[in-house]
Amino acid sequence: MARHLCPSVKNILLLDSEGKRVAVKYYSDDWPTNSSKLAFEKSVFTKTLKSNARVEAEISMFENNIVIYKFVQDLHFFVTGGDEENELILATVLQGFFDAVALLLRSNVDKREALENLDLILLCLDEIVDGGIVLETDASIIAGKVATHSMDAEAPLSEQTITQAWATAREHLTRTLLS
Amino acid sequence: MAQPLVKKDDDRDDEAEYSPFLGIEKGAVLQEARVFNDPQLDPRRCSQVITKLLYLLNQGETFTKVEATEVFFAVTKLFQSRDIGLRRMVYLMIKELSPSADEVIIVTSSLMKDMNSKTDMYRANAIRVLCRITDGTLLTQIERYLKQAIVDKNPVVASAALVSGIHLLQTNPEIVKRWSNEVQEAVQSRAALVQFHALGLLHQIRQNDRLAVSKLVTSLTRGTVRSPLAQCLLIRYTSQVIRESATSTQTGDRPFYDFLEGCLRHKAEMVIFEAARAITELNGVTSRELTPAITVLQLFLSSSKPVLRFAAVRTLNKVAMTHPMAVTNCNIDMESLISDQNRSIATLAITTLLKTGNESSVERLMKQITNFMSDIADEFKIVVVEAIRSLCLKFPLKYRSLMNFLSNILREEGGFEYKKAIVDSIVILIRDIPDAKESGLLHLCEFIEDCEFTYLSTQILHFLGIEGPKTSDPSKYIRYIYNRVHLENATVRASAVSTLAKFGAMVDSLKPRIFVLLRRCLFDSDDEVRDRATLYLNTLGGDGSVVETDKDVKDFLFGSLDLPLVNFETSLKNYEPSEEPFDINSVPKEIKSQPLAEKKAPGKKPTGLGAPPTAPASTVDAYEKLLSAIPEFADFGKLFKSSAPVELTEAETEYSVNVVKHIFDGHVVFQYNCTNTIPEQLLEQVTVVVDASEAEEFSQVVTKPLRALPYDTPGQIFVAFEKPEGVPAVGKFSNMLRFTVKEVDTTTGEAEEDGVEDEYQLEDLEVVAADYMLRVGVSNFRNAWENMGADCERVDEYGLGPRESLTEAVNAVINLLGMQPCEGTEVVPSNSRSHTSLLSGVYIGNVRVLVRIAFGIDGPKEVAMKLAVRSEDEAVSDAIHEIVASG
Repeated sequence: MARHLCPSVKNILLLDSEGKRVAVKYYSDDWPTNSSKLAFEKSVFTKTLKSNARVEAEISMFENNIVIYKFVQDLHFFVTGGDEENELILATVLQGFFDAVALLLRSNVDKREALENLDLILLCLDEIVDGGIVLETDASIIAGKVATHSMDAEAPLSEQTITQAWATAREHLTRTLLS
Repeated sequence: MAQPLVKKDDDRDDEAEYSPFLGIEKGAVLQEARVFNDPQLDPRRCSQVITKLLYLLNQGETFTKVEATEVFFAVTKLFQSRDIGLRRMVYLMIKELSPSADEVIIVTSSLMKDMNSKTDMYRANAIRVLCRITDGTLLTQIERYLKQAIVDKNPVVASAALVSGIHLLQTNPEIVKRWSNEVQEAVQSRAALVQFHALGLLHQIRQNDRLAVSKLVTSLTRGTVRSPLAQCLLIRYTSQVIRESATSTQTGDRPFYDFLEGCLRHKAEMVIFEAARAITELNGVTSRELTPAITVLQLFLSSSKPVLRFAAVRTLNKVAMTHPMAVTNCNIDMESLISDQNRSIATLAITTLLKTGNESSVERLMKQITNFMSDIADEFKIVVVEAIRSLCLKFPLKYRSLMNFLSNILREEGGFEYKKAIVDSIVILIRDIPDAKESGLLHLCEFIEDCEFTYLSTQILHFLGIEGPKTSDPSKYIRYIYNRVHLENATVRASAVSTLAKFGAMVDSLKPRIFVLLRRCLFDSDDEVRDRATLYLNTLGGDGSVVETDKDVKDFLFGSLDLPLVNFETSLKNYEPSEEPFDINSVPKEIKSQPLAEKKAPGKKPTGLGAPPTAPASTVDAYEKLLSAIPEFADFGKLFKSSAPVELTEAETEYSVNVVKHIFDGHVVFQYNCTNTIPEQLLEQVTVVVDASEAEEFSQVVTKPLRALPYDTPGQIFVAFEKPEGVPAVGKFSNMLRFTVKEVDTTTGEAEEDGVEDEYQLEDLEVVAADYMLRVGVSNFRNAWENMGADCERVDEYGLGPRESLTEAVNAVINLLGMQPCEGTEVVPSNSRSHTSLLSGVYIGNVRVLVRIAFGIDGPKEVAMKLAVRSEDEAVSDAIHEIVASG
């Protein structure tokens, strides 16, 4: 009962321009089976398809849930919460995810790049929300945490993309610290 | 499972789209996973394979138990590698696989090593993984580390431990509760999110301790809270504390209101909004308290961010339900939102405007909405239709434009739910606004001319049959109805036949023509249609002359089925085909007050008979059986009514006693259900001493004590009283439980020889007028009311004095009378100043009683009501007034 007092996220979805999954993460039991998850994704995707969520995040209600979404290129980002949830908290989570992905993909945010760096996207999801509870919403910190892993490895920096992502992330981090 | 994936790939080929996972297949990836076992690990390669596995899982692919176990064991090998990137993928993979208890043991030591590693990132992640997959026994082993982690100087580690604590609290509360000192310390952390997570966990640990939560809030509202998220949490806890301490609202300032108001000036929008929303949701919020919250929400309405506009308009929409005046200031901003790109925002804006609008703005609003309706989805349209319905009831004079609007949208395309909402609205308007009747009925007639939904057609036909004959020119509806007989499916044809018959019965001048039409229906291809036509021709007197219809026939056609359908169904199922026809009068009429029984059920031990485990549905039967088994009560006659159990003791006391009042014509039997909640005691010779000195008309005749009442085995004591026959005598009874108590050795279960006599005071019990009233509903109140006639009507007005709210007054009167509210009239729409409740019941002596009460609230919460009672017996009508006058 008191659990709802803590802001909680029901799912985070990253779909492509046809509504297919790039990466999704569910934190609630509202959609117990894969088919119910797919049905939810389909309905959310088709109902938001026509909206203009490219500049500012948009918002809508589905089956007593609040869904906040933002699109870039051929990627559609969604964050879902219960209908009693503070919309702005959910929007902050979405923005954190969105910006962190942009940092990690070096602003080259499209489906191809996302799939090529799927490990980063999955780690990113893991760092934003843990079991429905918001872990972190600051994009530069999230991206920093995700990109850490090759940074202080004594192993050769194998992935160029990651190194660069880290550089961008660090740059952002210093900027936020200075401002 | 692999099938859909292959298909997907085909699609991809067509588009020639590149994907690193093109043609990926589970079997092949599982093969690839063998690289995890290589003596010389290639971290990069391994990471890629894990990513592929995660991709498959993410796409909805499932692994069999064997496959999952194999992958799991292979992944555990990767702990050997010191590559950080790979390790993170390993963590992810383990979480996704959610290993079983015996598998967890394999990784425990590796994870515990990581938990104590020098790399913070390892520690944080290992904590999260371990807590996710652990069970209670393992948790005690790692508890020490977790406690340290909570106060770790690295915020990521501390947050990981705290968030894990929040999850673990659900499964292992007793362990997590031991961490409260550390959590308390973490609340003071300088790291913003650590404070947020610590606050979340601390509150959950203390949630059942009201005082502790209140102290927490008091100290934090004075201190500094660093992150907006933590501030939002604090606002939520504060409103909880306010809600629970809701006492001294009249005396002036509400505790913590200043804190909430202060949050309206916070720099983070999410905090401002959280605070504004919290203020609007305060119990009995005053307009002075509301104003600052409304002001910030109004600013949000013109924000460039859709999320802000949505949040604000949604909150204002809720406020408009209870405090429409407070929201009117925002009307101009709200009107500009009607053209908002985001249709959700536009719909919320419109429905808010419909709630706050005044009579003069109705027409202008309707014009705006008409343009808007065509480009929103059905679900939004339904919301708008419902808002328009309540607006119309609020401003009945405007029915013309609103009814026109409804009929226009009824003609447009739309799904079933939407059409049903419109039809329901028109029906309600017809019922409540007499002037709207004729035009409304014609709109409905036109609609069924071209209606694709059988359900709606039959509903409308039924409604036409009742309302149509009472209009000034019933004949004009006949054409629409008879057209259905030609053009529709069998179900609709059958309803149309019934409707025709109703016109024939009510309008004598139409009778001959109706007969002609009904005779034509005798040749219908469907037997239900033919059967109905035959039945009606016979009951109406088949010669087709202009005669007045019998009362019996009218009753048959229009009379409502005064039976709860559930009871009817049970009776029909129990009926065995025999010579003896089914007797509808044998169906019990009492509505089983299931919700009440359900509400009482949770968390309570079964208290005697009637409570679970005997299913609540059969309570009445069960009581009847129980009582008839007692010879002393055999000549009391038929049981009229049994009350719901009334508690005579506080919850959680030594002995728990409740009482059920059984009313007979000349007797009252109290059934005391007793439970002994002390394992060390055995009660013997248990009886209830009843003092009836404040119940003059009652005299005690029988007492049935209980020989023994062992621990946790409910037993019943009965006390019977005689009272004047058929008279609704009332009175107050004081009760004392008297018994001999014996000590019981709980280890052997044996009681001592000697006992001590003791007494236990129970609460008083009253027999009230409502006990003589059966809650029996009618399906069509208006018909029942009109059929009853005004011969024995008694009308009077009463002042109810100041009341909390109209709802409270309505409920009080309904409970006082003990009658069944009909047609949902026990619900008072929020913010209404007047309300009419329709009640029905059967009074002792089997006299049906109908009651219509018009409530009005005036100025400082003064409620007055006009009570009209109809029954078959003047004395009973007077008796009902007596109840109210003395209650």
